Amino acid sequence: MNARAIDDIARAEQGTSLWKDAWLRLRKNHLAVFGLVILALFVIIALLTPWIAPYSYQAQDLELGASGPSAAHWLGTDIFGRDLMTQIMYGGRISLAVGFVATAVALLIGVTWGAIAGYVGGRTDAVMMRLVDILYALPFMIFIVLLTVVFGRNMLLLFLAIGAVEWLTMARIMRGQVQSLRQQEFVEAAISLGLSPATLIRRHLVPNALGPIIVYTTLTIPNVMLLEAFLSFLGLGIQPPQTSWGLLISYGAETMEEYPWLLIFPGVALTLTLFSLNFLGDGLRDALDVRGAKD
Amino acid sequence: MALLDVQDLAVSFVTRNGTNKAVDGISFSVELGKITAIIGESGSGKSVACYSLLGLVPMPPGRIDGGRALFEGRDLLKLEETELRRIRGRDIAMIFQDPMTCLNPYMTIGKQLMEPLLYHRKVTTAQARARALELLAEVGIRDPESTIDNFPHEFSGGMRQRVMIAMALINEPKLLIADEPTTALDVTIQAQILKLIAELQHKRDIGVIFISHDLAVVADIADTIVVMKQGQIVETGNREGIFRNARHPYTQKLLAAIPTDSKPPRPGAAEPLIRVQNLCTWFSQGRGREPVRAVNDVSFDINRGEVLGLVGESGSGKSTIGRSILRLVPVTSGEVRFDGTDLTALEGRELKTMRRRMQMIFQDPFASLNPRMTVYDTLAEPLLLHGIETRKSVAQGVLKLMDDVGLARAFVRKYPHEFSGGQRQRIAIGRALATRPEFVVADEPVSALDVTIQAQILDLMQQLSREYGLTMLFVSHDLAVVRHLADRILVLYKGEVVEQGTGDELFERPRQAYTRQLLQSIPGRSLLS
Amino acid sequence: MWRFIGVRLLQAIPVILVVITVTFFLVRIAPGGPFDSEKAVPREVKAALEAQYKLNLPLFQQYAAYLDDLAHGDLGPSFKYPGRSVNELIAAGFPVTAELGLYALLVALGIGGLAGVCASLKPNTAQDYIPMSLAMIGICMPSFLLGPLLVLLFGIYLDWLPVSGWGDIPGDKILPSITLGAGYAAYIARLGRAGMLEVLSQDYIRTARAKGLPRWQVVFKHSLRGGLIPVVAFLGPAFAGLLAGSFVVETIFQIPGLGRFYVQAAFNRDYTMILGTTVFLSVLIVLFNLLSDILAAWMNPRLRAQFGGH
Repeated sequence: MNARAIDDIARAEQGTSLWKDAWLRLRKNHLAVFGLVILALFVIIALLTPWIAPYSYQAQDLELGASGPSAAHWLGTDIFGRDLMTQIMYGGRISLAVGFVATAVALLIGVTWGAIAGYVGGRTDAVMMRLVDILYALPFMIFIVLLTVVFGRNMLLLFLAIGAVEWLTMARIMRGQVQSLRQQEFVEAAISLGLSPATLIRRHLVPNALGPIIVYTTLTIPNVMLLEAFLSFLGLGIQPPQTSWGLLISYGAETMEEYPWLLIFPGVALTLTLFSLNFLGDGLRDALDVRGAKD
Repeated sequence: MALLDVQDLAVSFVTRNGTNKAVDGISFSVELGKITAIIGESGSGKSVACYSLLGLVPMPPGRIDGGRALFEGRDLLKLEETELRRIRGRDIAMIFQDPMTCLNPYMTIGKQLMEPLLYHRKVTTAQARARALELLAEVGIRDPESTIDNFPHEFSGGMRQRVMIAMALINEPKLLIADEPTTALDVTIQAQILKLIAELQHKRDIGVIFISHDLAVVADIADTIVVMKQGQIVETGNREGIFRNARHPYTQKLLAAIPTDSKPPRPGAAEPLIRVQNLCTWFSQGRGREPVRAVNDVSFDINRGEVLGLVGESGSGKSTIGRSILRLVPVTSGEVRFDGTDLTALEGRELKTMRRRMQMIFQDPFASLNPRMTVYDTLAEPLLLHGIETRKSVAQGVLKLMDDVGLARAFVRKYPHEFSGGQRQRIAIGRALATRPEFVVADEPVSALDVTIQAQILDLMQQLSREYGLTMLFVSHDLAVVRHLADRILVLYKGEVVEQGTGDELFERPRQAYTRQLLQSIPGRSLLS
Repeated sequence: MWRFIGVRLLQAIPVILVVITVTFFLVRIAPGGPFDSEKAVPREVKAALEAQYKLNLPLFQQYAAYLDDLAHGDLGPSFKYPGRSVNELIAAGFPVTAELGLYALLVALGIGGLAGVCASLKPNTAQDYIPMSLAMIGICMPSFLLGPLLVLLFGIYLDWLPVSGWGDIPGDKILPSITLGAGYAAYIARLGRAGMLEVLSQDYIRTARAKGLPRWQVVFKHSLRGGLIPVVAFLGPAFAGLLAGSFVVETIFQIPGLGRFYVQAAFNRDYTMILGTTVFLSVLIVLFNLLSDILAAWMNPRLRAQFGGH
């Protein structure tokens, strides 16, 4: 008797795992699918930008100057005659990278912190979460501005600062998850079987805490991208010669009366990405049946 | 003429997966001054039928397919929402199952009580308040003057249900619909509420529809009993008719599921497997507050091969005792000896070895299985962990367990959410037996299940405990079930053992007042003798 | 309740101290002194200036002196605008920012709350989809994009509303308030809808309906309070967000508020101004968080009793 024999027995009655169930539900949600497709498209474009961008990043055409959409420049050019589509593609690389990397930072710190607090419990939990409460009360937006003033404006700092803000909520969610899971009878059953803590966490806690974490991660990325764009708009985030969507919007806003496309196209790129992520996050929340994960 | 006359009522729910006929052409009537009980298991349509009369079924997805419901000559099903609203809470009132969630936590009970009166009748606030105070006193709330402005959370479950009843009666309705009004309550409280409902009904001479899943609960109060199954009525009769000579096999099955016998005495010498001595389990409430003494200085033995019943109401500490023995909650003091070894001192590998020898079956079959593991994974985990089967032989072991607990082998790759409550409990029993334990704690293993399923699971547990030679601690709030299953019974009250003895000793010669009170509270105890 | 407020106030004190301390030392370790950029400044002048701003003292004495000044409500002089104190700058800028923030909050609560409640009453119908789609746009359209777009549309193409200033021309407060409030209106709409849906599915709503109460009473008397608690709890974070958002909005619409001063100070490395404003805004945010927490707790009788009774 082996696994194949089991498969034969189970052939008539294949089970549907909760993951598969969720995927089937997600697939029926048109907005979420739309979000997923757009997001995938943008990520692929961002990865391939150096090879597929229509112009080189530095290429200028000062004689041409700012021009509207045309066959040569689909989205027009800026006042230096730089191709806007190329700019948006390179800006997207940065914006998306900040979004994903800073969220990853937040995820790593928050999940570890929350899981430890929730699992160990007792005094450790009290101290760890008290710290989160205190940090929560700090006005981070203002702190980030302060940090960029003090340490100059660089990307690494931006990642750290944004990650540092966003991990708090992640830690709270993870702790709540672990705590409520620990009280579930199936976890008690696993303990009474004599499972080691590592196995308990790997087989029983993590798979069940994953849903809310996935949902919240998806909804954190747009928040992070907004933060980056916000700082870049103020001139405190991404600095030239690099660019990002926030920075492009800020340039566009300066010249919008004469050249509105310079504002509108980067705006569309950013908004579309945020839409996609939010639709996907909402869809995932419904599909995975995560309650209480607020935005 | 009947107060309410329901003819061919049919209600269905339209969902993505098709149309579900929740109520499929039922007819019954309610007389003034009589209690009509509607009995059925979950999904029988008993609640939907009554809710649809008052327009309380959300539509969509609900839909009334047909029928009539004549109340004082008017067809409730044909009334406009505004007309129906004038009847709701005035002529027909309702009380619901869970008093903890049915009162608005943001409003004082006084405001909630007065609301139906102020809305339906022309009274002043002062008059409404006076009436509310009268009714609170009548339903047995002590000192209504000082509690009327309290919020619901300041009352216990039983008291909240009394408030609910007062609220339903404040407009002196002609018909009261009570939907499982005692299911969420402790046995002794249940008995009080049942008595209260019967008294108030008698005094006011109104009609009552009493919805319940439990025939025993209505045994003492119902005039007419309607038995429902899968949206249809299988049998209608008066109380005597149903309890003395039920004709439909399903009614007979429901009656047979009420345990009425006592377990015969067990022969053989008594050799203790478990010795619990001066066990205390306290839960800290934070600095400066008294700890909760869930278990306080409890001592008892469980003999090898014996089933020890542990009976108590909520908060009696009965579940905590089981969990303390299994080291699932930290013990404050005292000792628990298993086959001579003190479990409270064990750690690491030694504890793991002992864990193999003792297992637990939990109450809620929906929470006790990891939702992301198949039957195969759930059952294979203990087998592999304790080296009972090798990687090669584990599949065989899993299938053997499934056979033992009566699960079809074809379900081996299915997930918990694809099973019914009874089937899940079978999986959980299989997991507990996988390690070949000598001792099992069963914590209310059937109280979340439908009555007929309860009987099946109890039979299975009895059969398996014989086959596996188990010693068992059977924790339950239900005295009748414990008497049926246990060799000896321990009665708990507020963390302490009040009385112990065999089932017959306790039932026939209870020594303590609390035990007597518990026994008198058993619903339908007339059936037991 | 008073105990609850007292405890929360006590908890706020260390937070405020942390903010002051961290801000102070961050500003001091920043590379380059405030007078480094002005090359022409002679040595003696610089020393005199440093003495005037107490920069010649050891760091901890500076810190102690700063705390002492703070305790007296003195945030110190501005580096960049000699002769003007940070207090004066805040006094000039904050009323404008506060007014802008207040209007934005009214926009957010009024439009957002209404939209959320309306959507929750008929879920999955047009009455739900339309406001919720607009809310989604509000969430995905940051103020720094919405602002210029509104200016473009209403200020330039349609020429209906003025596009800059604050209180100079009638109507010049409309666009900034909407720009700042829109995002929060969207959040509040979503929160309110979710909260109301949660409450409307509770058993006690069924009880209220079984009493025969009309729908509006069920909604207003039984649901609104519980449903809007999440919105009230969100007001604290929203206030912090509004302040930060005012940086952008004041820049876009050239409003002489505190936010614009702050961003300019950040560019000019006007350290005392940054320090002072950060401390001022932080205290404000901490207090507002406290206020919204207390309000949310007060709306919940169970919490109110828990903190009030003993």
